[in-house]
Order: sequence, then C-alpha cells, then structure tokens
Amino acid sequence: MSKFSKKKSGELPPVSTASLPDIVFMLLFFFMTVTVMKDSSLKVENVLPNANEVKKLEKKDRVIYIYVGKPTQEFQKVFGTEPKIQLNDKFANPSEVGDYILAERAKKSQELQNVLTTALKVDKNANMGLISDIKQELRKVNALKVNYTTYEGDAFRNLQ
Amino acid sequence: MARRAGAPEVNAGSMADIAFLLLIFFLVTTTIETDAGLDRMLPPMEPPENMEDVVIKQKNIFQVNINKNGQLLADEELTDLKSLRAKAMAFLDNGGDGSCNYCKGKKNPESSDNPTKAIISLKNDRETKYGTYITVQNELVGAYNDLRNREAQRLYGRKFTDMEAEYLNPETAQSVKDDLKEKVKKIQDLFPQKLSEAETSTAN
Repeated sequence: MSKFSKKKSGELPPVSTASLPDIVFMLLFFFMTVTVMKDSSLKVENVLPNANEVKKLEKKDRVIYIYVGKPTQEFQKVFGTEPKIQLNDKFANPSEVGDYILAERAKKSQELQNVLTTALKVDKNANMGLISDIKQELRKVNALKVNYTTYEGDAFRNLQ
Repeated sequence: MARRAGAPEVNAGSMADIAFLLLIFFLVTTTIETDAGLDRMLPPMEPPENMEDVVIKQKNIFQVNINKNGQLLADEELTDLKSLRAKAMAFLDNGGDGSCNYCKGKKNPESSDNPTKAIISLKNDRETKYGTYITVQNELVGAYNDLRNREAQRLYGRKFTDMEAEYLNPETAQSVKDDLKEKVKKIQDLFPQKLSEAETSTAN
C-alpha cells in the first residue's frame, strides 16, 4: 500500500532548468552565425519598390551594390533633396560609377570577375533619368548583369 | 569540519542570464537580408561585329511607353497597368503565322508572328518614377513567366519558376542540375525573353 500512496503526494516536482543555458546557447550561436554586420551606413533614403517575379541574389561575394535615393535628413542641407548615388560611404556623380565598378571588380578574385552582378538599390521615388545614366555607365565598363533589388510584395503597391 | 576535498563548485546559475544578454544583442542586430530582385541584362555598348541591320516587322514589336506621370501607352493605346500583363501575354502568345504549335493565342495576323520573333520594347521618360518602372518591368517579366509556366506545366508537370529556382540554387546536386539545365533551356527557347530598352527621352 505504501507504494501507491507515494504517488498521491500533491506537489508537482519543479521543472528542471538545467538545460536552459544549452537551449539559449543554441539560439545564440544560430543568431551569431546568421548575423551580417552592415559594412556601410546608408546616407540616402532607401525604400525599395515591391515586385513579385523576383529572383534571389545568391552569393554575396559576387555582388556590387549601388545605392540611389534622396539624401537623408542630416545630409539634405549640404546635398539638397535631389536623388543622389551612394557608392560605399560617399555620394557620387553618375560619371564616377564606372570607376567604382572597375575598382570593385579589381578587388575580387580572378575567377569571380566575370560573373559579377551589380545590385541597384534604388529608392522608389527616384526618377529614371539618374538610373539610365547609371545604366549607360555600366554598359561602358561592360558590367551588364544588373539586379534591380526589390522587396517581395505586390508590385501595384509602388503606385500609391 | 570544513570539507577540503575538491574546489568549491562555481555557481553556474547566472550563465543563462549572460547567454540571454548575448542572444538579445544578436537578435537586435540581425537583419536577415532581403536581397531579391529582378535580373536584367544590359545590352553591350558596341554591337557585335558582323551584325547586319536586322529588319523587324512593326507587328512583331510591342511598344510600351511610360510617360512622366506614370501613364502607360502599350501598342499605341492608353493602358492600365493592371491589364498590361494580359496584353503582353496576348501579344507573345499570338502565333500569327501559324508556325508556333504550342501557342494558344488568337492567331491575329496583325500581331506577332511567333514568340521567338516577338520583341517587347520599353521606353520611359527621364522623369518617370522608379517605382512605376519596376512595376512595368515586373509585369513584363510576369507575362513571360506565366507563359513559360504554362509550357513547363504541359511538358514536365511543374512550374518553370520552381525549376529555374532549383537550378540556380547552389545547394542542388549536380546530377539534378544537369537534368534541369536542359529543361530550363528548352522552355526558355520556347518563349525567349526579348525585352529591349530604348534610351530615355527628355521630351514629354
């Protein structure tokens, strides 16, 4: 009889929290490995347009980024409110894009130099004149593969 | 009697707290990058040598004009953005000269002869908003994708976009890739993406 009476003790045993650190560490390592620290801070407004027929941009080491948009609040006094190009950490003119692409291309290893993609991160309120100037520059240096980076979403939201 | 055997145990109870602190730091700083977009090839600056002037029939060109207010002129008619995709598909899928056995279009002799001959030409103003431009690009790429999906569904029983994504995914095994490569190529040849972009105009 005493065998059974033991089970009836009303209190629940406390949940062991000994494995909690392990779980937390696991999560920690996950986030540590997926984190990418931003290498350049954005000086332009960069709200990308939406599109749904997108392709993923694989392999970050094969991508050169060009940002375009209105300068952010703090730079508007100096640079005005017209959309500007940002290369690395500074503003640039369309004529400097070619040199930048060549410089970036030279930094990559030999076998990657022919498979580079130029990702254009353009604010959706920028106008096409600037973009076509950039495209002309890209054609001059033979960087023909471009990717118009977008958010995934309904394309018709761009119009509002 | 103090016990001397062995060092006293370190209290590890706060380890979880430290780990949580780090975890929250990384949680906050993480931005899982959303790098996806529309892939495009720009035309080379110098046309390849030995290229002759090719005469393209007017009916094989689908002209899309965007003006600075974001209005759309497709094939000389004012068109709503929402109906652009259907219009582009009708144009590509037309098969006017009857040489295209997989087309399901109206076979209108006034429209394109064959999907391999059909060209979409896009022209925009310097003042056009980038957002509008992307929407138009998206719709045109969508028109091609819809048609390719239809053919892929008929021939291989799956979507073209899925096949292409799997083909481009670096984690896919090589044997699967080789198999997919041919299929993807075949579908692409049925509806080759011929999207030409004229230089921007300054006049309105």
